Amino acid sequence: MKRLNVINPKAFIKVFALLVPLLLSGYGIAAASAGQSSSISGGPVAASAVEAVHGGAQAAPEEEKAGDVIMHHILDNRVFAFEPFGSVELPKIVVGGFDISITKHVVMLWLVSATLLLVFLLVGGKYKGMTPRQAPKGLANAIEALVEFIRIDVAKSNIGHGYEKHLPYLLTVFFFILICNLLGLIPYGATATGNVNVTLTLSVFTFFITQIAAFKAHGVKGYLQHLTAGTHWSLWIIMVPIEIIGQFTKPFALTVRLFANMTAGHIIILSLIFISFILKSYIVALAVSVPFAIFIYLLELFVAFLQAFVFTMLSALFIGLATAHAGDGGHEAAAAHH
Amino acid sequence: MEGFGLAYLGAGLGAGLAVIGAGLGIGNIAASAAEGTARQPEATSDIRTTMIIAAALIEGVALFGEVICVLLALKS
Repeated sequence: MKRLNVINPKAFIKVFALLVPLLLSGYGIAAASAGQSSSISGGPVAASAVEAVHGGAQAAPEEEKAGDVIMHHILDNRVFAFEPFGSVELPKIVVGGFDISITKHVVMLWLVSATLLLVFLLVGGKYKGMTPRQAPKGLANAIEALVEFIRIDVAKSNIGHGYEKHLPYLLTVFFFILICNLLGLIPYGATATGNVNVTLTLSVFTFFITQIAAFKAHGVKGYLQHLTAGTHWSLWIIMVPIEIIGQFTKPFALTVRLFANMTAGHIIILSLIFISFILKSYIVALAVSVPFAIFIYLLELFVAFLQAFVFTMLSALFIGLATAHAGDGGHEAAAAHH
Repeated sequence: MEGFGLAYLGAGLGAGLAVIGAGLGIGNIAASAAEGTARQPEATSDIRTTMIIAAALIEGVALFGEVICVLLALKS
C-alpha cells in the first residue's frame, strides 16, 4: 500500500511534457478542420469517421443509429467482427430443436479457459523446482499475491473454520471473472460476463455450494430451523417465506450485479464516443469524448478487479453465513442482509 | 401514442431516482469508513472489507431498480 504513494515526480513531469505538445498539436488540427467542415457541410467527414471507427461493412447510406451499434456490441451474436479486416461467421448448430450454436461469448469463454490453463500451468510448474524458503519471481509472484489475498482476506476471514474446502471454487471463480472482464476490455474482444446467462450460471454454482454446505454443516433439522430464523412459532408464517425468498435473492443479486456492471461500462464508453458523431464536431471529440472515454476505460479496469473481488467475497460470505453455527452472531448478519 | 411517452418518462425518472438512493447510501458508507479509518488506522483493512460488502449490497438494490427501468424502456 505504501509503495503507491511514492510516485516519482520526475517521471510524471516527463510524461506530461510528452503529452502536452501532442495534445496541443491535435487541438490545432482539430480546430482547423472543424472550422473547415463547418464552412462546407461536415456531413461526409463525420460519415467517413463513423466508418473508420466501427467499420464500414455497409457503406453507411445515411448514418447508423448509435443505439443499434451499441446494442450490437453488447449483445451476443454469431459474428466475430474484426472490422477493418472483415469478420468471422461462427457456425450455427441446432440439436434437437435447441440452438447450441457457438457465439461470440462462447468463444471468449474458451479463450478465458485457455488463458487460465496456460497461466496456471506455467505458474504451477515454476513452484516444482523451488525449495520452500525460496521466493517466487515474476508472474508466479504476481499470481501468488492474488491467491494469498483470496485465501486470507476473502476465504479465511469470511468462512472461518474449514475454509480450505471452498478455496478452490473461490479461486477459480475469481480468476475466471477477472480474465473475462479484462479480455472484454481488449479491442475486438467481447465481455463474456456482460452476458446474463454466464453470470447466472456462475451464481447458480454459488447457490448450490451454499445450500450443500448448509446441509452438511447443520443437517436437515438444523437447516429447517435456520429457515425459521429462531423466532416464535406464531411468526413462522411470515418468517419462513421471507427466509426462503432470501435464499434465492442472493444469487439473483450476484447475477444482476456482475452483468449490469460489465454491460454499463461498455455502454458508457460507446455513448461517450458517439457524442462526437452525433454532434459532428472534432472539438467535442477531443475535449469530451476521448478524455472521458479514456477515464471510463481506466475506471473499467478497476471495476474489472472490483467486480471479480465482490463476486468472490459475497460467495464466501454466503457460504460463511450458511455454515456459521448458532450463537456465532451469524443470524443477525443474515437478517440484516435481506 | 401517449402511453409510450409516459413509459419512457417513467423509466428515465426511475433510473435517476434509483441512482439518488444508491449515491446517498454509498456516500454515507464512504464517509463513515473514512471517519473510522482516521480514528483507528490499524483497523483499515477490516473497515475496507465491510465498506465494500455494504456498498455492493446497496448497489445490488439500485441495480434491481435500474433493471426494471431498462425493461420498462425496452418494452414500451
